[in-house]
Amino acid sequence: MDLTHLIWLVTKAVLMISVVMGGAAYAVLMERKVAAAIQGRPGPNRTQIPIFGSLPVIGPFLTRIGIFQPMADGLKFLFKEDPFPKHVNAFYYVLAPLVAFIPAMTTMTVMPFGVYTGEDGIQNPMVLANLDIGILFIFAVSSLGVYGIILGGWSANSKYPFLGGIRASAQMISYELALGLSLLPVFMWFGGTLNLYDIVLGQEDLLFGFIPSWTVFYQPLSALIFLVALFAETNRLPFDMPESETDLVAGYNTEYGAFKFGLFFVGEYAHIIIGSGVFVLLFLGGWSIPYVTYPAGYVGGALSVLVFAFKVFLLVFFFMWIRWTLPRFRYDQVMDLGWRKLLPLAIANLVFYAVVIALIEQF
Amino acid sequence: MAIKVIERKPLSLAERTYIPQIVNGLGITMKNMLKPAVTLEYPDERPDIPTGYRGVPTLVKDPNGREKCVSCQLCEFVCPPKAIRITPGAIEEEADNAHVEKAPEEFEINMLRCIYCGYCQEVCPEEAIFLQDIFSLNGMSREELIFKKKKLYEIGGTLPDNHYKWDKKREAELAGNPHH
Repeated sequence: MDLTHLIWLVTKAVLMISVVMGGAAYAVLMERKVAAAIQGRPGPNRTQIPIFGSLPVIGPFLTRIGIFQPMADGLKFLFKEDPFPKHVNAFYYVLAPLVAFIPAMTTMTVMPFGVYTGEDGIQNPMVLANLDIGILFIFAVSSLGVYGIILGGWSANSKYPFLGGIRASAQMISYELALGLSLLPVFMWFGGTLNLYDIVLGQEDLLFGFIPSWTVFYQPLSALIFLVALFAETNRLPFDMPESETDLVAGYNTEYGAFKFGLFFVGEYAHIIIGSGVFVLLFLGGWSIPYVTYPAGYVGGALSVLVFAFKVFLLVFFFMWIRWTLPRFRYDQVMDLGWRKLLPLAIANLVFYAVVIALIEQF
Repeated sequence: MAIKVIERKPLSLAERTYIPQIVNGLGITMKNMLKPAVTLEYPDERPDIPTGYRGVPTLVKDPNGREKCVSCQLCEFVCPPKAIRITPGAIEEEADNAHVEKAPEEFEINMLRCIYCGYCQEVCPEEAIFLQDIFSLNGMSREELIFKKKKLYEIGGTLPDNHYKWDKKREAELAGNPHH
């Protein structure tokens, strides 16, 4: 491996991380704006930075839509006093935000986000690491995120974070099952491949000649179960048991502040973005749109990335839309839904598609 | 006591999956999202103050620019928290409105004492003092919050006058009817 190649790899990785981090920061802004719009108020519209904010027309407009707000929020997280309660288990207390943050950042390495067609017509995925077991890697690493929450809840050494941590572990274990089982039919359908890029390639044709052959159209139940489980995995309302402000103060991150809280926070939103990305790849055809083939070269590549980003954006919006629509479940109802509704449903779904796929292959 | 048993219909399959309800709820939130914001961006936008609102007491002039207060001191006497202090003064002989005879030399309202009861406005025979629409006020010192005559006329401005009482008096006087 020569030096230029190494530099190129590092550049790619840094670029990807900054895009996802920026996405997470602006997802926070988007959440606040969506919440504001649904509740009939304007949302963040004051923050300005010196030069851009005073441009003639653009400045007030950008200020109005809150473009500069994430910068202020980020600076606040960096420079606030970092509280360190005396009663915590110091090592794990510091470790927990990192353990929550790193898996969220790591999963994106195997997520393809576009396709680059060379002059010779050969298509290559745009991805940091095109693993053959991509989705397994994502599951394996993103499940580690729950350790951050459990550690945070336990090491804080006070009752509300502890309850939040317990809930998080119970919830994540319950929903991981349904999450995994709901995806098995998808992999069976695409001939047993676990490579996310191959799965997207399998969704590029048309179904019956007029609707896009996205997985969601012929495996709607898998998509639904996966989506619900994804909500639970990312701790979003209506499944935000670990946080549930009304009964647990702030849940596992009650004792955290400043930068350590910021890590939890960004990790959570990065998790949402990556979860949405996986859903788009598996069920919404990734960057493929019907009747369109991307031209060769960089323009086509950029277009495919934009389409993918747009789909992810819509799904992230859906996450927020749901958040401000549905109230939180009661804890036992969450468990009931996970174990007694989603899990049997996922198994039935798996059996059904196994039979269907076997029949298709037979005839 | 008669007990009425209400028959509860069993939930249909669609209702039990909970999905139609979620879709319905999403529709409602989307409808709300497309509506304009209902909030008032306060320091930039001010609420409409209804007439009859009792804000900060002010002194007003009539449309001809004449100072209406004649320093009768009724407001000073009626003021429950004793927030008003008037120093009466005479109007100079050469002035246009010399026949009014008296005007306040100094008019102080201590805004730290005022309780916004509106008695001064009610009692004023000259319609010179009004509680208008200023509802927020602040200051850096106690002295600053004792409003002087100049300040009171500044925030009071001019209000329409239905009577022009003193103009009529002068006309009557000129017509030879001084006791009008």
